[in-house]
Amino acid sequence: MPAYREPRRRSPALPAPRGPLSGEVIAALRTGEAPRAHAAGDADPFGDDLQLALYVLYELHYQGFEDVDEEHEWDPALLGLRRSLEQPFLAALREGTGTDGDVEAALAGLLVEPVGDDGHSVSHFLRHDGELWHLREYAALRSLYHLKEADPHAWVIPRLYGRAKAAMVAVEFDEFGAGREADIHARLYADLMGDLSLETAYGHYLDAAPADVLATVNLMSLFGLHRSLRGALVGHFAAVEVTSSPGSRRLAAALKRVGAGPAAQRFYDEHVEADAVHEQVVRRDVIGGLLADEPHLEPDIAFGIEATGLLEDRLATRLLAAWRSNSTALRGPLD
Amino acid sequence: MPNSPERSGRPARVTLGGDGPLLVEGPVEVVGDDGTLYTSRRFTAAICTCRKTRTHPWCDTSHRRRVKPEPHPDDATDRTDGTDRTDGTDRTDGAA
Ligand code: FES
Ligand SMILES: [Fe+2]
Ligand SMILES: [Fe+2]
Repeated sequence: MPAYREPRRRSPALPAPRGPLSGEVIAALRTGEAPRAHAAGDADPFGDDLQLALYVLYELHYQGFEDVDEEHEWDPALLGLRRSLEQPFLAALREGTGTDGDVEAALAGLLVEPVGDDGHSVSHFLRHDGELWHLREYAALRSLYHLKEADPHAWVIPRLYGRAKAAMVAVEFDEFGAGREADIHARLYADLMGDLSLETAYGHYLDAAPADVLATVNLMSLFGLHRSLRGALVGHFAAVEVTSSPGSRRLAAALKRVGAGPAAQRFYDEHVEADAVHEQVVRRDVIGGLLADEPHLEPDIAFGIEATGLLEDRLATRLLAAWRSNSTALRGPLD
Repeated sequence: MPNSPERSGRPARVTLGGDGPLLVEGPVEVVGDDGTLYTSRRFTAAICTCRKTRTHPWCDTSHRRRVKPEPHPDDATDRTDGTDRTDGTDRTDGAA
């Protein structure tokens, strides 16, 4: 195996704009001048322009961009613009999700397994019909999250206490390699990408990622950065942990079938086992602890679970539509 | 807690869960019927009690109830806004 090259050793270049809002944000970061836009206008809250603008603004809190002053992270004009983009995004998420606010009901649907493929699941598709090029596209798109896996969720830690905090930190500790650098899940993902001959540099596939991918990552940043959305962040985390184990089993099988290497399979094998534990701990102690301490957050937790389903559904629809018509799900070719 | 040396001297906690796995504070060794030794260094291990797991002895969520997928709401209609989802199964493909 070649020596490990840290994907985050460098920050990525700014992406190409996708409309006036993302154009403003990227120009402001490039020139250091204040953005002129102050409102989202009638931009589609799930569309490329708004989602990319939001993504770039959030990224200042993670890895930043090459040749962009790190102080822009706390630039009041950019933060004001970010807020005006978050509001329509959040409103669209609330509009697209149920309103009964019952956590147990929201989780119940995720705690059963479909007997077969209902035709709307990416992992089922990849398990049965995935070819190497599908898996490479999927891995490239998911890299926007997995190269910073579990980072957005770390922001919730100072907002929790007691049982919820102890449990959340324990799960995060596992995500961050349980004290061993080589086991950090983000690193296991970089190893997977290497096995699939993908570029592992952080942010490399941002330009290739459609809005539906950006939205799934923006959701975590939105929930993570707002204390007022701590319940939604916990709900989001639970939704992904609960569904990850069986989905990871299918992806491990898909990777094996197309002949991907051992590192590619290891990422998903680890998630089959780890997330069977994480699910239990998150439901029992993170959600249970938070509900015991702050019962008024129940509708927010349910909202986080449902918003995750909403955006994952949209993404699955997009990916499957492209792949079933034998075309790329990316905005441009992979290589 | 997580793999901490201070655990020595303190009893390991085992949590019984309804239909799911047994949760055991790690690190833990499990001895199989045939004497095989399995080790988990995780902060908590989930030990399968349903005997359906394919990652013996660890739970892999195979204990879950299996349901026939309901017809998906967008099978008939164009659901570009994603708002009328009514099913609840397996909607998330991401790993965590
Ligand atoms: S208890 Fe979970 S797979 Fe058996
Ligand atoms: Fe996890
Ligand atoms: Fe993980």
